[in-house]
Amino acid sequence: MKTILKAENLRKVYKLGSLLRRITINALDDVNLVVQSDEPVIISLVGESGSGKTTLAKVILRLVEPTSGSAVIYDQVVAGEGNQPSHHQFLGRVQPIFQNPFEAFSSYRTVDSYLQTTAQRVNGLSATDAIGAMESALSSVGLKYPDVRGKYPNQFSGGELQRVSIARALIPHPQIIIADEPVSMIDASLRMNIINLFLSLKDDYKTSFLYITHDLATAYYISDYIAVMYRGTIVEFGRARAVLTDPHHPYTRLLLDSIPGVKRKWDRTRLTLADIETKEYAFEGCKFRNRCPLAQDVCTHQRPPAIRKEDGRDVYCHFA
Amino acid sequence: MNTNVRLESAPSVAVVPANPSYRSRLRLNLRLRMGLTILAIFAIGSFTLPFFTDVNPSEQGAYMKNLPISIKHLLGTNSQGQDIFWFLVFAIRNSLILGVAVSLCVTTIATLVGLSAGYIGGWFERVVMLITDSFITIPVFPILIVLGALVRGRTSFWVVGLLLVIFGWAWGARTIRSMALSIREREFINMARFSGASTFDIILKEIFPYVYAYIVVGFINTILFAINTEAALAVIGLSKVETPTLGSIIFWALNYNAMFIGQYTWIVAPVVATVLLFLGLFLTSTGYNELYAARRGHS
Amino acid sequence: MIKLNNIIATYTTVRGQVNAVDGVDLEVPTGTILGIAGESGCGKSTLLKVIYGDLTYPLSMTTGNVEYGIQDDLGKEITSESIRSYWFKRISYIPQSSMSSLNPVIRIRKQFLDFLDPSLDKRQVLEEVRTYVQQLDLPSEALDAFPHQLSGGMRQRIMVAMATFFQPAIILADEPTTALDVVVQKGILLLLMDLQEKMQNTIFFVSHDMGVHYQISHSMLIMYAAKAVEYGDSSDVFERPLHPYTKLLTESLPTIGDEHVRQGVAGRPPSLWEDLRGCRFAARCPLATDFCRSNEPEMVEYRPRHFAACHYAETNL
Repeated sequence: MKTILKAENLRKVYKLGSLLRRITINALDDVNLVVQSDEPVIISLVGESGSGKTTLAKVILRLVEPTSGSAVIYDQVVAGEGNQPSHHQFLGRVQPIFQNPFEAFSSYRTVDSYLQTTAQRVNGLSATDAIGAMESALSSVGLKYPDVRGKYPNQFSGGELQRVSIARALIPHPQIIIADEPVSMIDASLRMNIINLFLSLKDDYKTSFLYITHDLATAYYISDYIAVMYRGTIVEFGRARAVLTDPHHPYTRLLLDSIPGVKRKWDRTRLTLADIETKEYAFEGCKFRNRCPLAQDVCTHQRPPAIRKEDGRDVYCHFA
Repeated sequence: MNTNVRLESAPSVAVVPANPSYRSRLRLNLRLRMGLTILAIFAIGSFTLPFFTDVNPSEQGAYMKNLPISIKHLLGTNSQGQDIFWFLVFAIRNSLILGVAVSLCVTTIATLVGLSAGYIGGWFERVVMLITDSFITIPVFPILIVLGALVRGRTSFWVVGLLLVIFGWAWGARTIRSMALSIREREFINMARFSGASTFDIILKEIFPYVYAYIVVGFINTILFAINTEAALAVIGLSKVETPTLGSIIFWALNYNAMFIGQYTWIVAPVVATVLLFLGLFLTSTGYNELYAARRGHS
Repeated sequence: MIKLNNIIATYTTVRGQVNAVDGVDLEVPTGTILGIAGESGCGKSTLLKVIYGDLTYPLSMTTGNVEYGIQDDLGKEITSESIRSYWFKRISYIPQSSMSSLNPVIRIRKQFLDFLDPSLDKRQVLEEVRTYVQQLDLPSEALDAFPHQLSGGMRQRIMVAMATFFQPAIILADEPTTALDVVVQKGILLLLMDLQEKMQNTIFFVSHDMGVHYQISHSMLIMYAAKAVEYGDSSDVFERPLHPYTKLLTESLPTIGDEHVRQGVAGRPPSLWEDLRGCRFAARCPLATDFCRSNEPEMVEYRPRHFAACHYAETNL
């Protein structure tokens, strides 16, 4: 069994503000997570803005140093204490896909130049061999090399450009691809093309995916595991199907209730919404307590521990 | 997350014929053309004309003093017996050489320092910016006056240029660094890193194209700065005033009270030349800026 | 009834002119929420600008007009030319991103008061605004803040408050919740629905999210490549869609608990710069025939109050 992803006591603290008003944001507050498997898996990190899911992705991608704790990808420590791979080794094992395909490419370079650089620098191929690698990566995402060669980002649509981005990430045959909101900027009717692509790549390239999103429906569709995050903490983690069809944590339930679906109309009771969100980061106890229907005194003082349920999921709530 | 109107650039027939005033990317706008024309006249004139004469313009007493404008002396002669026209031609040439040389050095240094500090960050950036900021805060002109007074007349033309470089690179470096800082945060930099690009690759291929336009404008403006400062120093006698430069003409003219003895050409000609030269540089600089901004709107 | 009469809206660019809305013609009953759906570039935002009367260069309404069904103080009908002077009072606009429409260095309360008639007593109006904002369960302190001090959700709720304060007859909302988290989005949508029920105004709600439309829209207009392709009551459009594009839109996204394999729609919308002939959806349509590719379909009322522009609208997919 390989440890696909492990986060151990991961913490990331940001200090913002001026000399007179310092705000401490616990972007990641003691995050613990383990996924083990022999086969490639798709893990979703879901949450709203400020949940910490993007920060966690950045820590794993080594774009951000954690304040404390460690993270492991495919049995190798990538952040925090421990023996870490060199930059070059890391690039061959972990690759990203970014949210905005138009920002992910420089408007001054052709898109295939990025693929070429990847093939030559990360894979160490010669210029001629690189072309073969590019062709095969592009065909796995449904594109042809002659259609892509020599073109600039503004000559593509969002969906196509995102596919080029995925092709680039595939060239080193990484063990895992970290996809940060890969379809949120793509039109609804084209999203499934990319989502289905992830599923087929998992089988064909044997690549795992860490899928970061606020869209629970697509997370349900492709994930094996799901971690729901709120204000820097994990509130629920387990097999995706189980967690999303039968949520145990009140926040997961709130999220699922808020999705505008096409099957059932909402009931019209008004919600109270959080106003001062930055305060919640500093709570000692449960971060969700101000909005939780089940909240009691213990929630204010004590961080809820992970409660292991029979189906193997973890719920971080005193009353799960 | 937002929805843009993506009007694709597919090569097809437009719905209605293209607007006739649409300019192709390579045509320069009016300002730029005027500016470059002026500069071309000055540059070509001052570099080629000297081949048509064997006059040494600095030689004093070569001609009769204070002669009026004539065919032989296009701008007359001055109180030192020099031909004003030829002196001016050599002056423009020397000022241009100085300006371009200084600007090349300043721009290169500022770009290297700014880009590397902005991208690499960390202690490297801090040390570099400390040095840069020190140079910025030193008041250039008073220092140059002091140094000029110390070396008074015993310096060479190129030492003046060196001084200008030493005090001119810092501000540009700071601006380029802040541009690099903001570009560093953009997503395609991460993409480049994950493609295996080295630091040098990233600075050259990813960041440089975005600062390129600023560098060109900065280059032209530095020419202006260099010529201007040298002229100012010369006028107060702190440069090598025997060498013909725009500033030194004005210095000598003032020294001999050209205005009061009726030698108007002597003082007016270099001033007009200086103003025209600066106009040319200014038009080129702003014209290029305009062109570049218009270009970016299309992509 | 609000009537959109054969509207063609054109953008003039250096490359030429392009019709971002190419012949939209329909009647909208007052006191309802019309949801406008479609992908990027279909013209929905432009249509909203036309209705709002925000026709500044390079956008212009080449043909057609809007009949608002509201009169000014003198009893005259308000037209596209005169609607400008009624912004905020009889018609208002909620943009997608309030950060780009609010002045970052001016407090929110001042930006709001700037829209008022100079003859009104500002202090009194401000008091009324505070009361109104509190009625909506919003903290009135938010009015004293600068835009960047509020979260995105709070800003949008303030925008909704500002847009509804004068109880305008028409509200235009351009993807107001797209950039927000799903919980915040639900709060704002519920708020909007409550206000609409109380004030009985007409809301034109643009969104690319069919789920949102299912929850709040009474009737639906589906747009594709600057054309209207389907129009009818929400229940009809969702349960018995006539146009293949509508069906594909509704079915392309997964829902939780549903194990169906989902497919995105192949291809992408045509460029409006191309020579567009026949049905604009033909290139991606599973039902398309040669007839579709050469003959542009008209909007036909296939069922009572349910229109579609498709030659094969009655076929079951």
